[in-house]
Amino acid sequence: MQYEAPESVEAAVRLLSGGGPRGRVLAGGTDLLVQLRAGVITPQLVVDIKRIRESREIREEDGMLVVGAAVTGAELGEHARAKSMWPGVVESAELIGSTQIQGRASLGGNLCNASPAADTVPALVAAAAECRVAGPNGMRRVPVEDVCTGPGQLSLGDGEFIVAFELAAPPPGSADAYLRFIPRTEMDIAVVGAGVNLSLDESGRCTAARVALGAVAPTVILAEEAGAALVGTECDDSAMEAMVAAVRAACRPIDDKRGTAEYRTKVAGVLATRAARIAATRAREAR
Amino acid sequence: MAAQNGGTTNGGTRWIGTRPVRPDGVDKVTGRARFGADLHLPNMLVGKVLRSPHAHARIRSIDTSAALALPGVKAIVTRDDFDDLPSEFVPAGEMLINYRDVVRNVMAREKALFEGHPLAAVAATSEKVAKEALDLIRVDYEVLPHVLDIDEAIAPDAPLLHEDMITAGVEPPPSAPSNVAKVVEFAHGDVEAGFAEADVVVEREFSTQPVHQGYIEPHSCVASFAEDGQAELWCTTQGHFVVRGHCAKLLGMEVSKLRVTASEIGGGFGGKTVVYLEPLALALSRKSGHPVKMTMSREEVFRASGPAPGTWARVRVGVTKDGRITAGEAELKYQAGAFQGSPVQPGCMCAFAPYDLEHVKVTGYDVVVNRPKVAAYRAPGAPQSEYAVESIIDELAKRIGMDPVELRLKNAAREGTRAAYGPTFGPIGLVETLEAARSHEHYRAPLAPGRGRGVASGFWFNIGGETCATLNLGEDGTIALVAGTPDIGGSRAALCLQTAEALGVDVEKIRPLIGDTSTLGYTFLTGGSRTAFASGLAVIEASKDMIGQLCERAAKIWNIPVDAVEWADGEARPAGANAGEFDPLTLADLAGVAGKTGGPIVGRAQINAQGAGPSFGTHLVDVDVDRETGRVTIERYTVIQDAGKAVHPSYVEGQLQGGAVQGIGWALNEEYVYDEYGRLQNPGFLDYRIPVCSDVPMIDTVIVEVANPTHPYGVRGVGETPIVPPMAAIANAVEGALGIRFTDLPMSPPRVLKALEEAHIPEAAD
Amino acid sequence: MARAHVITTVNGDPVEFLCDTEQTLLDVLRDELHLTGSKEGCASGDCGACSVIVDGRLVCACLMLGVEAQGHSIETIEGMAGGDRLHPLQTKFLEHAALQCGVCTPGFLVAAKSLLERNPDPTETEVRYWLAGNLCRCTGYDKIVRAVLDAAQEMRGG
Repeated sequence: MQYEAPESVEAAVRLLSGGGPRGRVLAGGTDLLVQLRAGVITPQLVVDIKRIRESREIREEDGMLVVGAAVTGAELGEHARAKSMWPGVVESAELIGSTQIQGRASLGGNLCNASPAADTVPALVAAAAECRVAGPNGMRRVPVEDVCTGPGQLSLGDGEFIVAFELAAPPPGSADAYLRFIPRTEMDIAVVGAGVNLSLDESGRCTAARVALGAVAPTVILAEEAGAALVGTECDDSAMEAMVAAVRAACRPIDDKRGTAEYRTKVAGVLATRAARIAATRAREAR
Repeated sequence: MAAQNGGTTNGGTRWIGTRPVRPDGVDKVTGRARFGADLHLPNMLVGKVLRSPHAHARIRSIDTSAALALPGVKAIVTRDDFDDLPSEFVPAGEMLINYRDVVRNVMAREKALFEGHPLAAVAATSEKVAKEALDLIRVDYEVLPHVLDIDEAIAPDAPLLHEDMITAGVEPPPSAPSNVAKVVEFAHGDVEAGFAEADVVVEREFSTQPVHQGYIEPHSCVASFAEDGQAELWCTTQGHFVVRGHCAKLLGMEVSKLRVTASEIGGGFGGKTVVYLEPLALALSRKSGHPVKMTMSREEVFRASGPAPGTWARVRVGVTKDGRITAGEAELKYQAGAFQGSPVQPGCMCAFAPYDLEHVKVTGYDVVVNRPKVAAYRAPGAPQSEYAVESIIDELAKRIGMDPVELRLKNAAREGTRAAYGPTFGPIGLVETLEAARSHEHYRAPLAPGRGRGVASGFWFNIGGETCATLNLGEDGTIALVAGTPDIGGSRAALCLQTAEALGVDVEKIRPLIGDTSTLGYTFLTGGSRTAFASGLAVIEASKDMIGQLCERAAKIWNIPVDAVEWADGEARPAGANAGEFDPLTLADLAGVAGKTGGPIVGRAQINAQGAGPSFGTHLVDVDVDRETGRVTIERYTVIQDAGKAVHPSYVEGQLQGGAVQGIGWALNEEYVYDEYGRLQNPGFLDYRIPVCSDVPMIDTVIVEVANPTHPYGVRGVGETPIVPPMAAIANAVEGALGIRFTDLPMSPPRVLKALEEAHIPEAAD
Repeated sequence: MARAHVITTVNGDPVEFLCDTEQTLLDVLRDELHLTGSKEGCASGDCGACSVIVDGRLVCACLMLGVEAQGHSIETIEGMAGGDRLHPLQTKFLEHAALQCGVCTPGFLVAAKSLLERNPDPTETEVRYWLAGNLCRCTGYDKIVRAVLDAAQEMRGG
């Protein structure tokens, strides 16, 4: 296995599109190393992106938050500005694994591991985050929900990798929240995850809402009708009930070792409600 | 009588009941302690195991030629490298072992009987080469239908694991083979007459899932065979003498040619009482001429080392309105895994042990299934059967409107009670634990709305057995203590304390060591809760032996008869007519002149310890339940247990706390998930879900001390009993919170939510 | 293929080693540098027995390649005691009997040290969540949590 740690985006792209065996991108490594060890993957080339500045920094560009793909959960959690702008995204990143995992695991890795149960992805999708994807043809922007096409499947082309995530400045009266359900208090993979991002006007009426769900379909899904159920309401109980119905209708889960389809569908509604309430409270406080 | 956390109870003794830092402590906090995988030898090879991907398959052929041709591969062993052994049960320590099954469990012969069953082992110059070699071994399988659960296994047309297995314990013996290895029964009185006296009879069926011991250190060993047929084995085990016996038998060796050293052991809980890798590593070392190290991955630990059995139980108990239990009956079926020998017998014996019953009948079935052969796990067999009984006791208490502790007290076994499994109890502490529970602040504390509180009791026999110990007196009066029971949780401290007490010397003067199999006579393993008791008795006997020699030396120096010398407070004193005539001689004084008075002084003991006092416990637990997700949270937990005498109270508390938390995992989340092909889907800590630090509260402990009369300081084993009550205590608490009785473990969130939905009006138009 | 040459710092000392690129930092520590205090309990980041500190961050050595250590600073259990003096956490683990078998102990100590460096006065809940990635099957965690809280108090000068 060839290991490379390029120091620029261009060098990484050259390695990844070099015409040799398709390389694997290494960020935090908390999924990649487990797969390596288990023999699930046997890459001939691993490209470590942690020495690339753009992948490792958190910065604001014109009010927009740009988070490097290899920024760790712990670093994001310690970033006060990120936390105040996108508390749901930050809390989703902080939920990945243990303290030890937090010291390594990244947004980019969490997305590109392409698990439907990834914690940060529903939060990023709810936040309408976009990826900066570098490749042989330069940089392009891809909405987070378009990156994964199925379990373990990515839409990225040969030589492409995610450099960073863009999160727009949230409008006034907006906030997000993310919740997941696990059987224990820590260390489990989400059985269900729910990210909600909403905006309230001065009167407390919801003007926009995005609800994204994890572990209830082959990929993280944006439940557009669930968001729509909240828009125009004051996020009261009946609006929540309508949202729950839309959430459950959007779920297409499977039975597996982590939960039954029936259970996932039920709990997706519970978590979406709880996350929406938190987001609404935060949005009111943000006004 | 009862010591709360932090207290000591050393009334009347100087060392017993104190809390010194354990003698092996510094090594364990600095990373120096050497565990199974920490030994590196020159020229050492790495051994890896090829395991069956099928739950049940006939093995037509194994072709290792391509693997052997790989550069770096030094040896491969398969079934052909182990002689078959006849099917007979032979004693090994206190256990009965059928080596026909042991040899097949470590290396499949005719068939692979579970996913993960070893088929071949490779020794190579690196792990990478060894893994590559595994991929080159060709196995021709005939895949067979498999059975994972008891219902499937006992169905009339079930696939048979062992085509020649005729159920034992049934008269007349069945004519056809089946997957039921054995039927056992324990009964006295007339249960139907007893049920006729009852005002309320409750009968329910229960099930539990297999659970893994979950020790953090995987199995690991290093074997080194010399050309003259002598071998050394370093391994992580609860009993190196037992390992020696098994390996010698499987390799056709004399036991004296195999020296086994127990490494520090990173947890076992019963799971490191059998051999897996050790015979393979020895065979590879013999064949290659190199030392061979073998270590299981975590995945291999889950797929191929013993869990505790999954079980099914039907239990029926009757009670009068005033709270007298009139009869108890249970039918218990235990999964044995791929080979017979589940702990169904102790499960049957323990089921009703906490109660004084006139009429009792328990029938047990040992059922083979295509899962790894079960291994001991803390109080083997007891948690499953007592869970069922203690759940029903709770229900009966509710039905007759009696406090559940009162109902237990009213029927509790006490000294003189004929145990449900036969013998009559000596002094035991069940009543004392129940009284301590009833008066505990936890039991009387107000309960927040929506929460539930549960109580349950538990029992385990405890054992003694063959045990040796040596005390080597150094020339400065310090002592090297050699014991043969691996120290799994602080027992070296407990042995030093008992030695210090018996000799009357400072505990700091004693340095303990777990000797290898050549340094002591046969010593049975650490398990059954026997080490503090049996190795304790051995060091006390060895101390007496040493005191006898010390008194002889003093008599010689003083030129008085030896019976005119007494040993007190760590020194020899002239007694009787000579009292006060000479200055006392301390241990150090006598040690310093040993060479002139007769030579080195060594205290020895070799005993077969009898009279291990049973231990009873009672647990209290408060739970909260998230009614929307089904998650159960443990809010408060108290363990009350009779320790006989707590030698080192901190480590007794630790046993109670650790056992309770293992029980919490068993009750709430731990289970094996298999796919339709009989392949394990959750062979890792991530999805097996043992409790993590944030899952549990502080675990309060109350140590009750009802002395065991067969031990000079009253010691009883404490390690097993604490895992017995938690499952029922938590189920009883969940019932208190929700009004729903759970009879299937684990009470995982999907199960709890489903039960909540079934118990309530379905949500409208969902 | 040729082994990689890595220059790093372990417990304050400059260290060079050769490793296969597939080897994890844990493999390197245990098999190449013979620092066997870090334990392998799972090799998947689920047990914390191999916890080490890399540039001040707590990580699982099994989830990092040996080659990734290039230019970084690694602290292991072997560097925790200073000279002949135990770290207060080590002393408190002994006093509180916060270990039974001891195989998880190095990982817990390294993780707890990392916690107290960031948060000298943690609550019980903070201790429990910080240590949730370290599995202990023996103790039920009670005495470990008490030992960490007691060490924190002592280190604050209480």
